[in-house]
Amino acid sequence: MARLSKYLEIGSSPHVTDGTSTDVIMLNVFLALLPVTAFAIYAFGSGAALVIMVATVSCVLTEHWLCRWTGKPSTIGDWSVAITGLLYGLILPPDLPLWMVFVGGVFGVAVAKFLFGGLGMNAFNAALVGRAFLQAAFPQPMTHWQMPFAEGRFEHIPTSVLAMPFWEPTYDAVTTATPLALMKFEGQFAAGRELMAGLTSGSVGETCGVLILLGGIYLVARKMMNWRIPASIFLTVAAMTWAFQLYDPVTYPGPVFMLFSGGLMLGAVFMATDMVASPITNAGCWLYGMLIGLLVVVIRFWGGMPEGVMYAILLANAVSPHIDRLIQPRVFGTGRGSR
Amino acid sequence: MLELLRKNTFRHGVHPPEMKDDTADLAIRQFPFAPVLIVPLSQHLGKPAKPVVREGQEVIRGQTIAEPDGFMSVAMHAPASGIVRRITLAPSITGTKVESIFIEPYPASTQEIDDGEPCGLDATPDEIIAAIQNAGIVGLGGAAFPTHVKLKPPEGKHLETLFINGVECEPYLTTDYRVMLEQTEDVFTGIRYLLRATGTAEAIIAVEANKEDAAERFRSMCPDDLPVTVRVSPVKYPQGAEKMIFSALLGREVPSGGLPADINVICCNVATTAEIGRLLPRGRGIQERVITIGGPGVQKKGNYRIPIGTPVRFAIEQCAPVDDISRVFMGGPMMGPTVSNLDIPITKGTSGITAFTTAETGGSTGHKKVYPCIHCARCVEACPVFLNPSQLGILAKNEEYEQMAESWHLMDCFECGACAYVCPSHIPLVQYFRMAKKMVRKLSAA
Repeated sequence: MARLSKYLEIGSSPHVTDGTSTDVIMLNVFLALLPVTAFAIYAFGSGAALVIMVATVSCVLTEHWLCRWTGKPSTIGDWSVAITGLLYGLILPPDLPLWMVFVGGVFGVAVAKFLFGGLGMNAFNAALVGRAFLQAAFPQPMTHWQMPFAEGRFEHIPTSVLAMPFWEPTYDAVTTATPLALMKFEGQFAAGRELMAGLTSGSVGETCGVLILLGGIYLVARKMMNWRIPASIFLTVAAMTWAFQLYDPVTYPGPVFMLFSGGLMLGAVFMATDMVASPITNAGCWLYGMLIGLLVVVIRFWGGMPEGVMYAILLANAVSPHIDRLIQPRVFGTGRGSR
Repeated sequence: MLELLRKNTFRHGVHPPEMKDDTADLAIRQFPFAPVLIVPLSQHLGKPAKPVVREGQEVIRGQTIAEPDGFMSVAMHAPASGIVRRITLAPSITGTKVESIFIEPYPASTQEIDDGEPCGLDATPDEIIAAIQNAGIVGLGGAAFPTHVKLKPPEGKHLETLFINGVECEPYLTTDYRVMLEQTEDVFTGIRYLLRATGTAEAIIAVEANKEDAAERFRSMCPDDLPVTVRVSPVKYPQGAEKMIFSALLGREVPSGGLPADINVICCNVATTAEIGRLLPRGRGIQERVITIGGPGVQKKGNYRIPIGTPVRFAIEQCAPVDDISRVFMGGPMMGPTVSNLDIPITKGTSGITAFTTAETGGSTGHKKVYPCIHCARCVEACPVFLNPSQLGILAKNEEYEQMAESWHLMDCFECGACAYVCPSHIPLVQYFRMAKKMVRKLSAA
């Protein structure tokens, strides 16, 4: 009979887990963004590549430095700040001066994530906060849109991208208006097919709706994203737009235009679904998505700006804890369930 | 949403790998006697039993060695013929020490069992309830709640349906499955006693789809005069919790903080039922029970009828532990408390011993990194009693125990472990909740 003489370890039940890990989820979100990133670089060239790179690096370095500075172990290994950085890069104009990209990234991570307490505590999506900061600080460069698929976009780096800090950037790339600006100020609606395929101008990674959706479907299939949030946003925007178009087809665009133009696709799939800043119950997620959809339509149709996805999501982030306070799961054996 | 339309199961829950193949086909075998058997006087919820033997006294196997102390208490019986060596404190699975009777079995004894006063099926309900108490019968599924106590519903409640719980949803465990196959007749006899004692009109045997052959055996062998139906649920954890069975098969929820009697039902584990059917006609008490010894940490896995009081060390050593054995726990891996001392005995509530190696636990240095809660809501989707484990975990970390109990229904948690099983941040939620509940009980007692 074998004698049992070694030390055993102790630990709390359950002694098994289903093997998921937060860093694996985050890594998968990062991977789901890579096709969008590749398309962005293909469409906008070397300027976009630099913007994405500096955005990602600035966010990751900021978190790393702040952790070191406050004497905590660095948390960049959990991949969450890498997602923030990449997403932040994808929602910037492709010819934004790199120093602005850097400043916004530092601001987003330091203020919206680190000051709030790091991963799990950030009430707002840090990438959107970084962009909102730039929008307020540098309104002109933030509404400057490079023409996609311009000739020589790989060989030639736009001068504005390499502008000296605090100097007025000079623009040499061919520019154009975004579909939403055309709608707002010219009353023209881009074709749905062009929008879905990403043939229009806009922020670096927001143009190709199909690739964004594919990334989202991948995450939903791997149970790493709550599909109810984008579904709720899409349904709300589509239903409202459809109703307004029915009322006045000249002034108001159709649902396809609204869904695939501007940052809606990227925002709904990758920003609004930030688990930390969205409600925890499914019912809450439906409500949260409806709120975002409603705000997007209101800002786009009647606001002063052509695009409103960023502010819609940030506002909904602020409401999210209140949705959680309002909607909680009905505890077993209480309410309608008992008797 | 679809889950609601599907019958025979509850909402939420998880699907851990079943891991029952290693032992499911192994017939129950008798386990040898350890050199010393340790019978704690408190193996059940409620008051400890009162010993009726002295140190140095000879006892015969099956003899009553401790009597119930009041209604919330049950009798203890000698698991072997031998000598009472000591009556003193011994370590238990909860970490506290409890008064226990140490029995040294006689080697080479025939180990015949001393039968007591039989209790027939014609006895009155009160006589059956008393016989169950004197037979020392408690819930063998793990909770070890004295069975006779729940047979008597509180004033003003009446019982309609008797549920026999053969779900056994914990991975690795196959004891109830073997009992259902090998003691089918005992289960039917036990059901007759229980129906008579509780005044219920019908019994429902609940099993999961991975035990379809047991269900079939019940269906084919059921006597015509016995009002028994067998219901098969799809496999899902924690379906074996009685609240989940009622929810799955009746679509009714036991009120928060209430008893099954509040919805006119009672649930009894199938092994407990089989023991009632086996012991009462002979006037015997529980001196052994069936457990599964399994997991990758032992080589001679199996289902054993093991004397109560067998030290865990002896049980593991008999089953050829592998060199790499690193963690041992009672019961299955979802709810089983870890054995922190190998000299604790197997009690009536022990449904199994599972041993893991470093491959499963990661060893003492391989603990999974704990990340902050990212509000992914997997726990909310898993919790069978619809709590918000994410929020509870955050509050527990901040030691806001009273708020957990008052605003977030902490006391409804039955520690099934589904939340911690799915948590990608590896937050020890169940450990937090156990601690918080202890603190809440302490605070409310003060």
